[in-house]
Amino acid sequence: MTELDRKQDRAPVPKDWTYAPAPESRDVVTLRERYGHFIGGEWIEPTETYETIAPRDEETLATVGQATAEDVDRAVAAARGAFSNGWSDLPGSERAKYLFRIARILQERAREFAVLESLNGGKPIKESRDVDLPLAAAHFFYYAGWADKLEYAFPNRQPRPVGVAGQIIPWNFPLLMLSWKIAPALACGNTVVLKPAETTPLTALLFCDVVRQAELPPGVVNIVTGDGRTGAAIVEHPDVDKIAFTGSTEVGKAIQRRLAGTGKKLTLELGGKAANIVFDDSALDQAVEGIVNGIYFNQGHVCCAGSRLFAQESIYEPLVEKLKRRLETLRVGDPLDKNTDVGAINSKMQLDKIVELVEAGKAEGAEIYQPPCNLPEKGYWFAPTVFTNVAQSYRIAQEEIFGPVLSVLTFRTPEEAVEKANNTPYGLSAGVWTEKGSRILWMAQRMRAGVVWANTFNRFDPTSPFGGYKESGFGREGGRHGLEPYLSFDE
Amino acid sequence: MAQAPALPTGFELPLEPRLPRIGSVDAVSLEERAASLAKRSIKKDSKVFALELAIRCMDLTTLEGSDTPGKISALCSKAVRPDPSNPNVPSVAAICVYENLVPTCVERLKGTGVHIAAVATGFPSGQYPTDLKVADARRAVELGADEVDMVIDRGAFLSGRYAKVYDEIVQVKEAVGSAHLKVILETGELGTYDNVRRASLLAMAAGADFIKTSTGKIPSAATLPVSLCMLEAVRDVYEETGRAVGFKAAGGVRVAKNAIQHLVLVHETLGPDWLTPDRYRIGASSLLNDILMQLRKEKTGRYQSPDYFTLD
Repeated sequence: MTELDRKQDRAPVPKDWTYAPAPESRDVVTLRERYGHFIGGEWIEPTETYETIAPRDEETLATVGQATAEDVDRAVAAARGAFSNGWSDLPGSERAKYLFRIARILQERAREFAVLESLNGGKPIKESRDVDLPLAAAHFFYYAGWADKLEYAFPNRQPRPVGVAGQIIPWNFPLLMLSWKIAPALACGNTVVLKPAETTPLTALLFCDVVRQAELPPGVVNIVTGDGRTGAAIVEHPDVDKIAFTGSTEVGKAIQRRLAGTGKKLTLELGGKAANIVFDDSALDQAVEGIVNGIYFNQGHVCCAGSRLFAQESIYEPLVEKLKRRLETLRVGDPLDKNTDVGAINSKMQLDKIVELVEAGKAEGAEIYQPPCNLPEKGYWFAPTVFTNVAQSYRIAQEEIFGPVLSVLTFRTPEEAVEKANNTPYGLSAGVWTEKGSRILWMAQRMRAGVVWANTFNRFDPTSPFGGYKESGFGREGGRHGLEPYLSFDE
Repeated sequence: MAQAPALPTGFELPLEPRLPRIGSVDAVSLEERAASLAKRSIKKDSKVFALELAIRCMDLTTLEGSDTPGKISALCSKAVRPDPSNPNVPSVAAICVYENLVPTCVERLKGTGVHIAAVATGFPSGQYPTDLKVADARRAVELGADEVDMVIDRGAFLSGRYAKVYDEIVQVKEAVGSAHLKVILETGELGTYDNVRRASLLAMAAGADFIKTSTGKIPSAATLPVSLCMLEAVRDVYEETGRAVGFKAAGGVRVAKNAIQHLVLVHETLGPDWLTPDRYRIGASSLLNDILMQLRKEKTGRYQSPDYFTLD
């Protein structure tokens, strides 16, 4: 471009464009110093407590209760009371009004919830703002619509509510998982006792405010906080009719063992090790976006994360090159900064687990790549990571890491892709990238996974059922299917 | 690097040996990516940097049948010193006009560092015989243009006569000599992102110094996804051949916020090396005043009435 040098009198252009910090204001959230359990519409002072922190800098945010078996018993009694004293007999159209109201309040208070979600959980504000909150509200809207149409959803089967639902949710999408659980339960006429994850109780506790604001009858929604002991107390409580659990496969198996023979209904949404399969005819730059979204979205704390990338060997090199370059542009840092792409790891425990598996990957002989990034000193952080030269037998290709760590494997033919992708104890989700429509259908028929995404990944919608095969669990949430676990039928 | 699959039918051109695979573009995902980059929050110093950069990279444009030497003279003054009250505001990169107005620009812009770009080759339709188009471009340079903005023959492209499109660019490139050649794809008429990508690679293979989105004469112009699609093609050519081709977004960029979004696309797709007028341009007419207004707001903390900014 010599011709451009002809005119030398142009001022030199500064090059380095660093985005100034763009933090979302914390002021929208007012936290109390101490939270109890929300039982029967009242705050109950806890007997035991623990502190909940912000993973970005380990700041203590609030003191919350560790619910004991007595607390859980009280919550279940409140739920049973509300169930028997009107809620289950309320016409569906009346229940719908409450759900619509909750949905609207969530929309109105979206910013407050989004900030708190990022603060307590570590996820980037752009995700809590653009994904978690809109979807949480959408779930309430969607199931509000079903509340008076259950007879039509299940014709001639006389659907009735199950009773008291015990719900135990994970820390990766705290408010969204709460709405996945509470919305269908309430739409079907059940009452609930819900336990948010130990590390992320705050948005669930803020949700109690919404429950009051919506004037939901006391006892319909009860929220108790605590660790696994609280969860066990809910699972074992004799007056709970149904357990819905989202979390690790290990705990899921334990729950199933305990419930054996009790007659309680159970749905489990557990781990995953999803295959993201990229064919050589796919739109490469967009496939790279899908890979990034598949594994680095929410720091990889996603049960359906695309943690195994299967690249067709003919495009392996350009694909990995593009992926590495794209990783360099990921902005890792303060979850409250609006320009952050990858936030903080949720807890010390999770960070340790990620580190352990990554070390195992290195030891087994996989090649690691991490883009240069300055991780904050305080808090829990892990750089986006790609492993190449991964063999199917490595732990990083088999075990769920639940962090921003991608394992890249290759395949030669569609048959081989199917075989390798299905060769896992899990079966929650899968992704297929190709411009050929017929191949998408061919692959989707053969993937042993609850969700198969075509030319996209991690896309959620309340109308679409979600759930797993094999060790990823059973039962479906979302869509008409999501009503079924919360209903009993005369048959 | 793995080799590209065979070229699609009708695309058998004397392409350079190491051009990247033509590939395809997924519209949904492309638009999502563009939308997510558009949400970057650019504040304070980084905003001032972007606003000044947008001016430095601007092709201040007027392409009207009613353009006169008087109008152009005024615009040239604006190009050199966009904000008379603030000498720190840089000059624009170039002024972009019809050929007849080039002599006026030559007179007014001598020694200022602001380039003169002329549209040519039967702008905006390109529906003229090849020899006229080539002569048109050559004449623009003779009249004093530093840069020539040519249009591709969309009629030929859409009917699959890619070789004709390619040949014309090669001929025009030869005709303009050392002048800088920008090739306008008029993406709004190409219909699909796949076509945008093909046309981008075609233009780069034929020797374009810049590829440019639009003429500004039809409603659909420099949208963010179209720009992203072209930037990715530029990136692929750079990665594969080491040749750095510039990109110009033109048409429809009217407000500062949108200009910053375009800069973010470039920054996060091609990196800081492209944040220079040698490799990036924004073609616009009304954008400049909005940027000046924003710059003054950053400086004073207040928005001022449009009456404080000259209309030229």
